[in-house]
Formats: sequence, C-alpha cells, structure tokens
Amino acid sequence: MIAAFFDSIPAMILTTGILVGASAALLGSFLVLRGNAMLTDAISHSIVFGIIIVWLLTRQLSGPVQLLGAAATGVLTVVLSEALARSRLVKMDAAIGLVFPALFAAGVLLISLYARDVHLHAESVLLGEIGFVWMHNIPLAGLQVPVAVATLAAVLLINAVFVLAFWKELKLASFDPGLAAALGFLPGVLHYALLTLTSVTAVASFDAVGAILFIAFVIVPPATAYLLTRRLWLMVVLSVALATAACIAGYSLAVLWNVSIGGMMASMTGVWFTLALLFAPGRGLFAQALRRREQRLDHDCRALVAHLFTHQDRPEMPEENTLHALIEHLGWPEPRARAAVLRAHDRALVERRAGLLILRAKGLAEAEAIFGRSQLRPLKPSPAKSLSTGLESGPPRA
Amino acid sequence: MSALVELLSSHIVRVVLFGSALLGAISGMLGAFAVLRRQSLLGDALAHAALPGVCLGFLIAGARDLGSIMAGAFFTGALAALAMMLITRTTRLKTDAALGIVLSVFFGVGVVLLTHLQAQGGAASAGLGSFLFGQAAAILVSDLWIMGGVGLVVLALVLGFWKEFKLVSFDAEFAKAQGFPVTLLEAALTVMVALAIVAGLQLAGVVLMVALLIAPAAAARQWTRRLSGMVALSAGLGAAAGAVGALVSASMRGLATGPVVVLIATALVLVSLALAPQRGLLWQAFAARRARDRIGEARVLAAMQGLAAAHDNKSYRAEQGMLDAALGAPTPATRLEALEQRGLIRAVTHAPETTPHWQLTEAGHEAARAQGRKSGPDP
Repeated sequence: MIAAFFDSIPAMILTTGILVGASAALLGSFLVLRGNAMLTDAISHSIVFGIIIVWLLTRQLSGPVQLLGAAATGVLTVVLSEALARSRLVKMDAAIGLVFPALFAAGVLLISLYARDVHLHAESVLLGEIGFVWMHNIPLAGLQVPVAVATLAAVLLINAVFVLAFWKELKLASFDPGLAAALGFLPGVLHYALLTLTSVTAVASFDAVGAILFIAFVIVPPATAYLLTRRLWLMVVLSVALATAACIAGYSLAVLWNVSIGGMMASMTGVWFTLALLFAPGRGLFAQALRRREQRLDHDCRALVAHLFTHQDRPEMPEENTLHALIEHLGWPEPRARAAVLRAHDRALVERRAGLLILRAKGLAEAEAIFGRSQLRPLKPSPAKSLSTGLESGPPRA
Repeated sequence: MSALVELLSSHIVRVVLFGSALLGAISGMLGAFAVLRRQSLLGDALAHAALPGVCLGFLIAGARDLGSIMAGAFFTGALAALAMMLITRTTRLKTDAALGIVLSVFFGVGVVLLTHLQAQGGAASAGLGSFLFGQAAAILVSDLWIMGGVGLVVLALVLGFWKEFKLVSFDAEFAKAQGFPVTLLEAALTVMVALAIVAGLQLAGVVLMVALLIAPAAAARQWTRRLSGMVALSAGLGAAAGAVGALVSASMRGLATGPVVVLIATALVLVSLALAPQRGLLWQAFAARRARDRIGEARVLAAMQGLAAAHDNKSYRAEQGMLDAALGAPTPATRLEALEQRGLIRAVTHAPETTPHWQLTEAGHEAARAQGRKSGPDP
C-alpha cells in the first residue's frame, strides 16, 4: 500500500508539489506581512549561482552540504543588497535589482561554460521539471522514495517547527519590529533565520518547480489568504491550504492540457488570488462595489425622507412628494429615483397613498433624527413659508 | 587589435554589437527614471510578465515574427502594470507583494503557454526558449530597425516631456499640486519602460532585462547630481556595456551575450560605487580619514594648551606620556610630526629627563585659541 504510493508517479508529483507549496507558504506569510516579498525573488534567482558553484566544488547536486551551500548564496544576496542599501549610494529596490541579476548572470555563464553536459540546464533551473522527480530515488526505510520528496519533507518539517517554535516572536516582528527590538526579541536575527530557511526551501524546491515558480508559492497563497482573513494563524493555515489546492488543480489541468505542471500550479495560485481579489467577503472588489452601492442607496433614502418631510402637509405636497419631483427637482436619473423609493418602501419609511409618497412613522422618526427635534419647522404648517431641503436642483419656486 | 578587426568583419557580430549598444542606450535612458522613482523592480516584474505575451504573439502570428511578439509582450506587460496598480490601490497588500504576485503568476502562465507551443511542435517554437535568457545571435537586421524605431520614439518622448518627467521623478506631490497629469505621466514612464523591456527581451531575456535597466542608471547616479547628466551618462554606460558585452561574448565560445552584458554593467556599477567623486566609497573613506586626522590634531593642540594654562607657563614642555594620558590614548607619532611640520609644536628636551617632550609654538597657541573660539566659549 505504502510502497504502491511511492511507486505511483502521479502521487509522487503531487506530493512534491504539495510539499513545495506548503513549506513555501508557511514562510511566505511572514515575508508578505513584513513587506519583504521581493527578497524571495532575489533569493530564488541567485541560488542558481550557488547551485553551480557547489556543483563545481563537489560534483554533486543533492545532499545536505549542497543544499546549505547553495542556500548560502541566497542569504548572501540579502546581505549584499542590504549592505548596498545601507551605504545609501543606491536605494533598496535598486540594490536588490543590482545584486541578483549579477549573481544569476554569473550562474548562467558558469553553467553554459562548465556544466553543459550534466543535467544542470539553465532552462530547467528556471522552470524546474516536476514531472521527473520520480527518476531519482533513494532507499528510505525499505522504500524507494524520490530524493525531492524526502528532502522537501525534511524542509517542511524544519519550517513547521521554526514557525511553531517562534510563533509569538515572528508575529511580533512581522507587525511591529520596533516593539520586538525594544522587548529584546532580536527581530534582525529572526529576519535572517526566516530568509535562511527561505533560501533552503528555494534550493530544495528548485529541482521541482524552478526558481521563478517558487516565488509564486511563497508570495501568492499568503497574499491571497491575507485578503481573506485578519487573523495570522488563519492566514498561515489558509495559505498552506490554498497552495495545496493549487497543486492539485494545477496538476489535473496540466495533465489534461499537456502543459507544464509547475507552470499550471503557479497559474492556479494566480486564479485563487484573482478570485479572492474579486470576491473576498467584505474586502473583495465585488464586496467593495456592493458596499458603495448600498451606501449610495442609503444616502438616497435619507435624502428622499428629508425631501418628503420638508414638503409633507404643505400646499406644494401634491407636486413635491412624488416620484416625478425626485427626477425633476433633485435631478436624479429615473432608475436612481425608483431604486431609492423602492428601498425606502422596503424599509417601511414611506408608503404610497393616492399617488403620493407619504412618510410612515419610521420615516418620520428618521427625518427627525436627521433634522434634530425639528426646530427647523413649526409644528403647524404655515403656508406662507416654504422650507427648502437644500437638495432641490430645480428652479426656485414661489 | 587584429582580432578585433576580424571580429568586426563578421556581419552577425556587427548586427549584435549594434543591437546591444542600442538596447543598452534605450534601457539606460529609461532606467534612470525608474531608479529615481524607486521603481527598479517594476522592470523585473514587467519583464517576467512579457513571457506570456511573447507566446501569445507567437501563437497568433504562427511564426517567430518580432513585430507580433513585441506587440504581445507589450500587451501583457501593460496588463501586468494595470494589475499591479489594481492590487496596490484596492487591497492592503504592499507594493512588493503586488510585484511578486504579478511577476510569478504571469510567468507561470507564460510557462504554460510555452510548453503548450512546444508540445504543438514546429522547429520555430524552439527559438522561443531564447526569450528566457536572450539570444543575441538571433537578432536580424530587420529587428534592428524595430529597435531603432522604439529608441527614436522613446528619445522623442523623453526630450518632449523632459520638464514633466523630471518633476514627476523628483516630487510627484508638487507636480500634482501644480496641476500636471501625474498619473498619466507615470503611466507614460511605465509604458516606456515596458517598451524598452520588450525591445531588450531578445538580447537579455526576461530574467536579466532588469539589470540592463538598473545597472547603468545606478552607476550614472554616482557621478552626477544633474538629471540631464545622469540620463545621458546612463544611456552612454548602457551602450558601452552592450557593445563591450557583445564583443566579449563573440570572442569566446559558450558565452551568451545577455549575461556577459549584465556582468559588465555590474562591473561598471562597482567601479562607480568605489571611485565616484564625492559619493564613492573610496572618496568617503578618504574624507572620513581626513576628518579623523583633523580632530586628532585639534585635540593634541587643545590638550597642550590646557597643560600650559594649568601650569601658567606658555612655553610649558609637555612630556609625551603626559600628553597620552591627557588624551586617553597614545598619540600616533605621525600626527605629532604633522603638527611639527606645520610649525604648531616643536620637539624639545627637558633635562635630566630623557623622554620626548613637546612645546606649543606661538603659532600653535594661536591655532589652539582659534579652534577654541570656533567650537564654543572659552571656559
């Protein structure tokens, strides 16, 4: 049963994807919150340099030493970028943009000069080939386990232990680094620990998904989760879940359409993000538009109530307290006027009586709330004076 | 020299040389604005986002036609810029997250399209992979015309709206208050960056394009404080990096042009960071050393003046060890020699003691009084 699982190619591909997604999303939540997301971009590009250097030195691509050696380049990129920015000769964004392309270019050149014949291919460094993870196996507890799966499982375990052990510290350092430093929690050390783990995860995943698609797993699921919740633990859990879902959906679609598995998985994280951007409850674009509409309708309702209240029981009432007056005197387009009347009707603010709009008890109460305990208008209507609501846009009347 | 002539006699080398110099100049010019506006990484995101456009252009044209590929890349680049604006304006996500999302998702879609095209087969689609890392050798003379056209358009826009772009780069708030269409101008700069990226994809590829934008600008920034100088120098450095990179890669087998150009541009940045007058690291170190020396000398003079005043003896001979104790650390011999050479102190003896002694000269007393006046009221 277990052996069958490890022998099944689709199961291994999916497992690899999910392991990458989960370990990346775990760390990504904190990087996104701290505003360091683009450091992932720098790290995942420059480890290409580290990978080729380590290969030139040891002639081995996988192994714990190789993993750490290549990951050191990722940390080096961050250190160099920050040192460059601290010199104040260039800004942080330019510093990042100077360091990683240089290391990446050097890596690509070294690969094409010295490593043409090994399976290190510049294109596979960028794109990865998750479809081939099952080809390199190691025996583990009597089973043939793909190297990538074993490595990534270890990385996921380390990341999970790190996040759980330093939960409080990470939370504080993400939201208020100043307070964290003042309380002696060493946010700087934590920052580098986080980026070191990100580098290690990037190196472990690069075989499977490549340098750039790794960025998708680090940034996009946490960013999606960030749109959906305000609680940190839920954000982390959601981002891991979203990454897993993206792997499953991406794999199925990639097999269906015969396209890159890693690319499809990254695209699926984008689909989740787009969905969240549009439909997130409360904060999505759809909800925002709906809320704006509601607010406008509510405002129109108040304007309507105020208008009716001003003219109720006055001589001009037959002319003013009609739908027509809203269109003519307030200058509302007809659909807007109709919607406002309908809403006011639904909320039991007005009723229709003999072709006129009449305020009901609730409407009167709301009007009084608007105007205050009506000093504006005498209780007995005096035909001589006509009070304006100030909302009319039509010509002044006698 | 003869090797250079031989290289230049090759038609392909001449085309690549001219093309990469042109691209270096265009991206250097526009990179100056991107770096000043702190939008360096926008170029990275736009370059990655061009990949799906490249594939779409290929899919629609059905062949490797630079015109439609550039149009496609430009389209998805613009779409990426719009998506980024939407994300930063309507959500709580920060700019860096928006950049990362757009970069990775667009690239993911690009990879999907790329594999789709490659699965469809056709020898021409194999060349698409070159857009990842760039393949300068694939540049055709007809491509040069398109790049030249892009360059002219960009140059005309930059010169035509020089004042506006300058204002937006340095003080967008002020520009807004003055009634300039800031959003439109920023969009124009972004669009031009996208154009430069699209033009450069063939040479540098989507990954390294960002370096062609940033490196010449960052190097040029060190040498000048004027925008006009920075833009011109940046374009010049970009062109130089492009030309030298093309020659170096042509002279050796297995060296791709894009990475070589990027490394040369990075070397230019390193040289500029180290050597630039006023700002450079060496200049800063030199200035810091001079300041340290001046303060050290001032302290020696002040200590000797204090000793003379305490003993009520203007020609008081201070023993070296006494001076060291007063200053809290041994005074370097070179510093005392420098002061002696300037005639502010003189070495004297104080028999029967054999240790060195120092005495303030008249000029030394004057200098000590002057620096005391400068730094505050006398006690």
